[in-house]
Amino acid sequence: MQDFFSQFFSPDVALTLSYLFKIILIVVPVMISVAYLTYFERRVIGFMQSRIGPNRVGYFGLLQPIADALKLMFKEIVLPSKSNNFLFFLAPLLSIAPALAAWAVIPFDYEMVLADINAGLLYVLAMTSIAVYGVIIAGWASNSKYAFLGSLRSAAQIVSYEIAMGFTLVGVLMCANSLNLGDIVIAQEGGISQWYCWPLFPLFVIYFISAVAETNRAPFDVAEGESEIVAGFHVEYSGMAFALFFLAEYANMILVSILAVIMFLGGWLSPVSFIPDGMFWLIIKVAFVLFCFLWLRATFPRYRYDQIMRLGWKVFIPLTLVWIIFVGAMMQTSYAGYFH
Amino acid sequence: MRKLISNISKSLSLYELLKGMKLTLSYFFSKKVTIQYPEQKTPQSPRFRGLHALRRYPNGEERCIACKLCEAVCPAMAITIESELREDNSRRTTRYDIDLTKCIFCGFCEESCPVDSIVETRIFEYHGEERGDLLYTKDMLLDVGKKYEKQIAKDRQQEAKYR
Repeated sequence: MQDFFSQFFSPDVALTLSYLFKIILIVVPVMISVAYLTYFERRVIGFMQSRIGPNRVGYFGLLQPIADALKLMFKEIVLPSKSNNFLFFLAPLLSIAPALAAWAVIPFDYEMVLADINAGLLYVLAMTSIAVYGVIIAGWASNSKYAFLGSLRSAAQIVSYEIAMGFTLVGVLMCANSLNLGDIVIAQEGGISQWYCWPLFPLFVIYFISAVAETNRAPFDVAEGESEIVAGFHVEYSGMAFALFFLAEYANMILVSILAVIMFLGGWLSPVSFIPDGMFWLIIKVAFVLFCFLWLRATFPRYRYDQIMRLGWKVFIPLTLVWIIFVGAMMQTSYAGYFH
Repeated sequence: MRKLISNISKSLSLYELLKGMKLTLSYFFSKKVTIQYPEQKTPQSPRFRGLHALRRYPNGEERCIACKLCEAVCPAMAITIESELREDNSRRTTRYDIDLTKCIFCGFCEESCPVDSIVETRIFEYHGEERGDLLYTKDMLLDVGKKYEKQIAKDRQQEAKYR
């Protein structure tokens, strides 16, 4: 890529351009998959409720997300009186930017990663943590009691589940001996039996549930809680500002799914030896995890707020700690081979 | 003790959650109940209460005798009637308006009518494009009756034994 651009430009410019090109190559498919994830969500949940879901715009309703995007673009952005304008517009940016930035370290295939940094896992954790500021600031700047309540709930929830999530990642680190996401995948080479979802099964389940809570998805969507606080932190947002929150939520959903796949389901590796590895495995696995997200949403009612806190602090954190100690202990025994 | 252990193992193995997910998954593959409206329609009852119509006798005489029972019974006060004597000394309406924006489609007018003149038809797909389009006058109502008389008569006959 860099060689191609350096035919026309000076080396510095060529480097920048090649990175820019790669970023576009990541962001555009992410945005398209976000759009079609909304469509997929409506279809899947519709099917699970014995409905059909959107099927009018284009063949099978495939143009529905584009119609929705156009609608949002032409909508007026309403500014609440007495709101803090600067923060009000900063909030959606603060929630979309980390959701996209975290994609920099995601490996899609061997050597197919924008920034192959050794602290990749830490970077992802940091980026997903920043996303909570978007929610808090949105709730604060809106000058609305519902938005404020929603942002408080979401802040507490995200912070508590981040701990459990971090601990599950510690388990993965112990197995893989690396923070580099590509190395973590490569450590799982050798078919479906080598994937970390087996030795770390409890951590995998806890990671998945915490991921649902982290992204404020049903059944942990008290931050939005339509029935009590209207739409939570984004009540006052409309048009593109709202669309940014929407995009961020779905981009985060895809991000945590892809992380789950990389850390527990062997990333781009093939489960069986007679089919080659490749990015399509990553896509299939991510699609499956995303389907589980939607499946959860179609199945469970919203958690009560204190139950969410109880689950996070009193169940997940002790469980993950116990399993990390168990894994650590097992690594000292002759069964260590199962955990590497 | 045994109950406690079974409870704990049930909640740790997510037994009930998985059971719920199994149920939704079975619905995922089940037959869908959506009726795709413009192409498919739900079956209608002969008692369907849609757009109003004023009927005539087979010889062309208006049924309505301007008794104003429907006007009196109308809970939404959507009906306005004025009447006078015709040359042959029979009382007929000169004005019979139904404001469909007020009407609640309760069917009381139809029920109160002693001569089966004002009826509610099966038509429900109509619209107005301007203010006042949904204020149906006597002529418009008679036109509706003329157009759909066959269906109206058939429905009345089918329901006659229950009235």
